Amino acid sequence: MFHALVAVKQVPDTTNIRIDPETGNLVREGVPAIFNPYDAHALAAAVEWKRKLGGKVTVVSMGPPSFIVTLREAIEMGADEAYLVSDRKFAGADTLATSYVLAETIRRLNEQDPVDMIFFGKQAIDGDTAQVGPGVATRLDLPILTYAVKIRDIDLEARKAIVERKTERWVEVVELPLPVMLTCDKEIAEIPFAPLPDLIRSLKYDPEVWTMAGPVEFDRGQVGVRGSPTIVYKMGTPELPEPGEKINTREVGVEAAVREALAKAESAGVLSAVLGGAK
Amino acid sequence: MSTRRFWVFIEQEEGHIHPVSWELLGVANKLAADVRDEATAEGDEVVVEGVLLGEGVESLAQEAIYHGANRIYLLDGPVFKYYRTRPYSKSIAKLVKKYEPEVFLIGATTLGRDLAGAIATASHTGLTADCTQLEMGEVKGAKHKLLLATRPAFGGNIMATIVCRKHRPQMASVRPRVFPMPERNPAAQGDIIREPVMVTEDDAMATILEIIRNEGENVNLEYADIIVSGGRGMGSPDGFALIKELADELGGVVGASRPCVDAGWIGYEHQVGQSGKTVRPKLYIAAGISGALQHKVGMQGSDFIIAINNDPNAPIFEVADVGIIGDLYEVIPEMLKQIRAKKEAQA
Repeated sequence: MFHALVAVKQVPDTTNIRIDPETGNLVREGVPAIFNPYDAHALAAAVEWKRKLGGKVTVVSMGPPSFIVTLREAIEMGADEAYLVSDRKFAGADTLATSYVLAETIRRLNEQDPVDMIFFGKQAIDGDTAQVGPGVATRLDLPILTYAVKIRDIDLEARKAIVERKTERWVEVVELPLPVMLTCDKEIAEIPFAPLPDLIRSLKYDPEVWTMAGPVEFDRGQVGVRGSPTIVYKMGTPELPEPGEKINTREVGVEAAVREALAKAESAGVLSAVLGGAK
Repeated sequence: MSTRRFWVFIEQEEGHIHPVSWELLGVANKLAADVRDEATAEGDEVVVEGVLLGEGVESLAQEAIYHGANRIYLLDGPVFKYYRTRPYSKSIAKLVKKYEPEVFLIGATTLGRDLAGAIATASHTGLTADCTQLEMGEVKGAKHKLLLATRPAFGGNIMATIVCRKHRPQMASVRPRVFPMPERNPAAQGDIIREPVMVTEDDAMATILEIIRNEGENVNLEYADIIVSGGRGMGSPDGFALIKELADELGGVVGASRPCVDAGWIGYEHQVGQSGKTVRPKLYIAAGISGALQHKVGMQGSDFIIAINNDPNAPIFEVADVGIIGDLYEVIPEMLKQIRAKKEAQA
């Protein structure tokens, strides 16, 4: 039996974050919270291999109670059990404190039912740090493969897996012993349509919520703000450059607009490699 | 007297240095200069040091010295031939413990991100990802200057400056092309310290069975001089044929905005922006890209930006040097025609 554990996160849809042009403030209202896309693909891969090998998929997330929606979505996508680790004392955690809470939670879940493979998304789209997965693997002293794009084989008898990893230069085919952690890119699996029974089950599913009170005994000094070596020292708005000139093709025509734009690029010297020296 | 060490991870694969390593040596020298007065007053020494791992890579250590390292710690052995998380992170964490650097900079590449998270956790310290500004500055209550690591947050809407008060090293990852390349100085002198290799193949817990090299050309967006990018305003994935024609004519490469990549119009390797690549070409042409902040964060360092968009209020025009309000399917063919005519006139 294959036991996959998937760590997921709910994130604001950063494509929809805007600045109010009049006040210059961040517009948070109406920004939808979504299932971190890379985590969704990681979960899809875990479910796919559970269906091939038999077994179960456990999902875990650290966050506020609103994350329950995301965990129900995970059930809808084929997860069997979901755990939310949630406590006000976890608030303000940086990646080190986050990896501590997740690692201790995973350690406990592994004691209940030994895990063969841990899946993370390659990064969360709100912070884009890609630090928590490697952090958790380091704490659990597990082998890890980041940027996984394809699982070729999982051999539960021989206790090993063969996984492809995509880097900037090539694709590596890597053999790893089980248990192992993967951080996954989108190619790892397509997100399937939810079968009706999963959909129905998800509607009434309540994930188990774990807190500082238990069952994991968290060290107060390692969670939340206290457990975070980094702090936000100050915030500012990015400096915007002076906008350049706008040329409207409806006023001057396409030919003249392009001629003017290219002339400006040429006098800035940026076309010299294409057209020879600047004029 | 003590030594204040500013460290840079020197990234190489198959003997090829990732240029971000040199960019980081440039930054590390600037950070070292920020604390030099403070250190001199206290009788401390300030050094910029590189950490280099690989097999048969000693000649690269010399190159690192030419690019600004005062000293290189070299871990050379077959176990380091290809990057694997455990041998690299465990070995470097040991060096961190031994030498106690004050600051440690790592390139935010696929390799560097994997490594940085593991080292920071093993060293139990803070790590700030994707920094766009770095300086050593005075912070109230701190005896010495601290690393002020500034990075975009909330999709680029806010710049957050992060400090790591007590834990060492203060770690930061930086994307390629965020900082300029320092001059190579072949007269520079430095030491190369060979460190003992303490990990074995058994510790790796990962065996690379095969490396599949990209058949086609690798998309090298980060170091391209000219980039032509397409966005959702193209209306369909077919628009990339026209984008590519213009890129080819200019000797450039094709970029894309996140919605195009999310929609499957083009591969992720083309994505420019906070969740893709940071680029700073000489010329960036954005066609049909509205200019979401997360895109602008990744391309506003370009020397010259031409934006083409139907919507006169598209935010991309805020960062463009020249904005053409019009239909990209009329503008790009005209651009191709005029560029070809110019080339012919020169020939």
